[in-house]
Amino acid sequence: MDRKQCIVKLFVQPSRGLVDENFIILVQKDLPGYQLTVHALHKCEDGHSWEAFGHYISNAIGTVNVSEDPSLGGTYSGVEQMGLLWSLRPVPGSKPGLRLRKMNVQIPMEVTISVYQGHQTEGFMDQVPLASVVVERWYMAPGVSRIPITEDGLTATLFLPPGPGPFPGLLDLWGGGGQLVEYRASLLASHGIASLALDYLTPKITMETRKMVDLQYFEKAYKILEQHPQVHGSSIGMLGLSLGTSITLKMAAYSEVMKLRCAVCISGSHVQPVDGSMEDILKHFNKNADRTRVSEENEFIWRDLLLPVPSDLAFKVDMGRLKCPLLVVVGEDDQNWPASESAMDMKEMMEQAGNSHLLTVLSYPNAGHLIEPPYTPHARASLFRSMATREKMMALWGGETAAHSLAQEDAWRKLLVFLRENLYSGTNPGTPSLSHL
Amino acid sequence: MLGLRRLAVAASVHRPVRRLSTMSPPTSPILSVQPTRGLVDEKLKVVVESLPPGSPVTLHSLHHSEDEDYWEAFGHYVSDFRGMVSVSEDLSFGGTYTGKEDMGLLWSMRPVPGSRKGLRLRKMNVCSPMLHNISVYSGHVSEGFREQTPLTSVLVERWYMAPGVKRIDIMEKGVRGTLFIPPGPGPFPGLLDMWGGGGGLIEYRSALLASHGYVSLAMDYFNSQELESADLEFKYFETAFNIIKEHPQVIPDRVGMFGLSLGSLVTMHVAAESTIVKPRCCICVSGSHFYPRDRTIKEVIMEPRSNSHRLRIDENNHHVWRDMWIHLLDDPSKKVDVGKINCPILLVNGKDDQNVPADECAEDIALLMNAAGNGHLLSRVLYPDTGHLIEPPYSPHFRASNFKAAGVATKTVMLLWGGQTKPHSDAQEDAWRKILSFLQHNLYSSTPPRAKL
Repeated sequence: MDRKQCIVKLFVQPSRGLVDENFIILVQKDLPGYQLTVHALHKCEDGHSWEAFGHYISNAIGTVNVSEDPSLGGTYSGVEQMGLLWSLRPVPGSKPGLRLRKMNVQIPMEVTISVYQGHQTEGFMDQVPLASVVVERWYMAPGVSRIPITEDGLTATLFLPPGPGPFPGLLDLWGGGGQLVEYRASLLASHGIASLALDYLTPKITMETRKMVDLQYFEKAYKILEQHPQVHGSSIGMLGLSLGTSITLKMAAYSEVMKLRCAVCISGSHVQPVDGSMEDILKHFNKNADRTRVSEENEFIWRDLLLPVPSDLAFKVDMGRLKCPLLVVVGEDDQNWPASESAMDMKEMMEQAGNSHLLTVLSYPNAGHLIEPPYTPHARASLFRSMATREKMMALWGGETAAHSLAQEDAWRKLLVFLRENLYSGTNPGTPSLSHL
Repeated sequence: MLGLRRLAVAASVHRPVRRLSTMSPPTSPILSVQPTRGLVDEKLKVVVESLPPGSPVTLHSLHHSEDEDYWEAFGHYVSDFRGMVSVSEDLSFGGTYTGKEDMGLLWSMRPVPGSRKGLRLRKMNVCSPMLHNISVYSGHVSEGFREQTPLTSVLVERWYMAPGVKRIDIMEKGVRGTLFIPPGPGPFPGLLDMWGGGGGLIEYRSALLASHGYVSLAMDYFNSQELESADLEFKYFETAFNIIKEHPQVIPDRVGMFGLSLGSLVTMHVAAESTIVKPRCCICVSGSHFYPRDRTIKEVIMEPRSNSHRLRIDENNHHVWRDMWIHLLDDPSKKVDVGKINCPILLVNGKDDQNVPADECAEDIALLMNAAGNGHLLSRVLYPDTGHLIEPPYSPHFRASNFKAAGVATKTVMLLWGGQTKPHSDAQEDAWRKILSFLQHNLYSSTPPRAKL
């Protein structure tokens, strides 16, 4: 058969998109009932290769539309428009415990989308595909400025949206792994929010003095935002994941300096020594280190370290003190933090205190700890350098891939609505703000 | 407080009671433009939200060109009861475009007041995008945009090159050009891409065609000293064609030719006369078929100068060349022998082309081909109020611009191309769609090529 007669055309739209944008993948084969594999390949910054694939059959007019047709097998199945991204996993032979994270947000992720003949499951690199295209996935929209912040001893990066401003602001905190992780802040700036990614565990000042930062460190970061000419000082929120939640709740409830307009807590807990410093908080977690469990695959489960949720008010943030709307996002299969149990206790505390109208809880069955921006591949476990022991250990995060990915997509959408409704005043007063969630 | 709580329980999130001492949060409208990074032939979706209902706003687009000129376009809108403006659905009441025009912010761009005259917008470096600042201004503004602060703005990238397209400089067998190869293993169909009498190496259309799956060679065919005779020149085009054909990632019997203006002429001539090169299909935009036998291109350009009495200069001092050629219609020895063309050919022309008599030429070509028995290979489209420079869609229209013929000792003149902006822009959009469809059908489809669209 003349190979030239079997030309396959592959379209991916958009070819350059933000990481939270959907794409449409069309394959045109001109032959109905033809078996094809659509494959995605990504080489990450660490040099590891990640892949995903779905098995399709061309329809009566010889096309495959990934957003409408079911995948019959592969790393995802069913009708999954974005399956080729969220089901990415390290290629066979990779070292275990990898996690995909973009550290340089100024250049895009490049994903090669290819079409292979037949329903393949392995050996993609040894074959020539029928067609392939390159797709760029960006964490930064055009015009977003990236500004390193080093004043006041801070290690942070400010991302400003394009345009004159002023913009609402957001403090963005990650968890116990430390480092300056920028991708969520740059993505939020791409949605119009001036966002400050803050390194609070491994900032320059801690690396040099060997001392953990104090709580004023966060207030300084807040002030940087508040005083910035392009930020609307009275419209600043805070977002924290994991350990970042602990800081967010502490600041929201107790800080005299921070006047937060709203707060978002992902996969975290309000359990901590109320009068404690950063160091005290970490020490408190380690007190119960003997409650660490280990799975059959030798993965560390740390969720029990903070359980049971104490009734002693000295060890949990007084949720009754919160004066701003709070969005709490938890995965019910979180094996790292007791996020679900904490959320339930937070709700109870707020109901008793009379401010539960400020609280929204989004709870996702079968989702794990790392609830990231959408289409980030799910890591059920990965190598994690604990701040306490400084060793690299395999942490079990939890979550089942398809459910976790759905949770990421849903949570992000709702998070953006929540931030927009609370940080802007564009909506008409009196309309139920999030009734459409 | 109690009343507030009762209301609030219905909604899961309640906005905090505002303390009198705090300022209200930003009331700026929210502008979204999709995609923020797109190919130049992709449509934009521009939506403004959170405006006060019924408020007049201006949507503005600003581009700073490689030549350091500023281009702008703007439309006057009024937000609806929801406080929204959607450019693809709402009417512009004034500005550089009116009516329901989803791409008006691009195609109606023109140099800002005070700019140099006779400008033309062309992207020379295709490895970087064109940047457009899309902004929302309060009220219906028509000038002085730079002195005002917009309510909000976003930056949009427009690319001629899709990710993964490779760009390769070609300096082979005397041929100078740039080859663009789509991503993927191939093999792909190929195209020889030729511009007109302005000369130079213009890459953007080839880059765009490669982004649509065609290996494209943008050719520089003007400045060579070696092309002194018609014979040598002819061989140059055949060599260029073969460079594409012999490329390991090209399907050898699926190589076509694409020309604009003088490039069209070359395309027709090669398709008719070459015994070595057999294009699979041809696209001729805004071309004439006046090619005196055994003359070089330079001589072709010079030919009408002997008829300089036919050169018109209009009331704006623009040079009008269309009439310089018309007399050639009656002389078969001065025309390409289109009866010998052996492949599907698409002619794309504007009725208001002031540079070549495209309409009359297309008619004549049809007559000649029908007489020769190969009329079934011909498809043609003729657009009303459309000028000579039929470019990829959403490019701004220039009714006249500065022009210096390449390789010829003439001065720069203001050449009239013709066309009215709105119909010309519609034509560009429609023509590009038809061109891509024609190429897809003749170069990609597995059924034997048919001429008619």
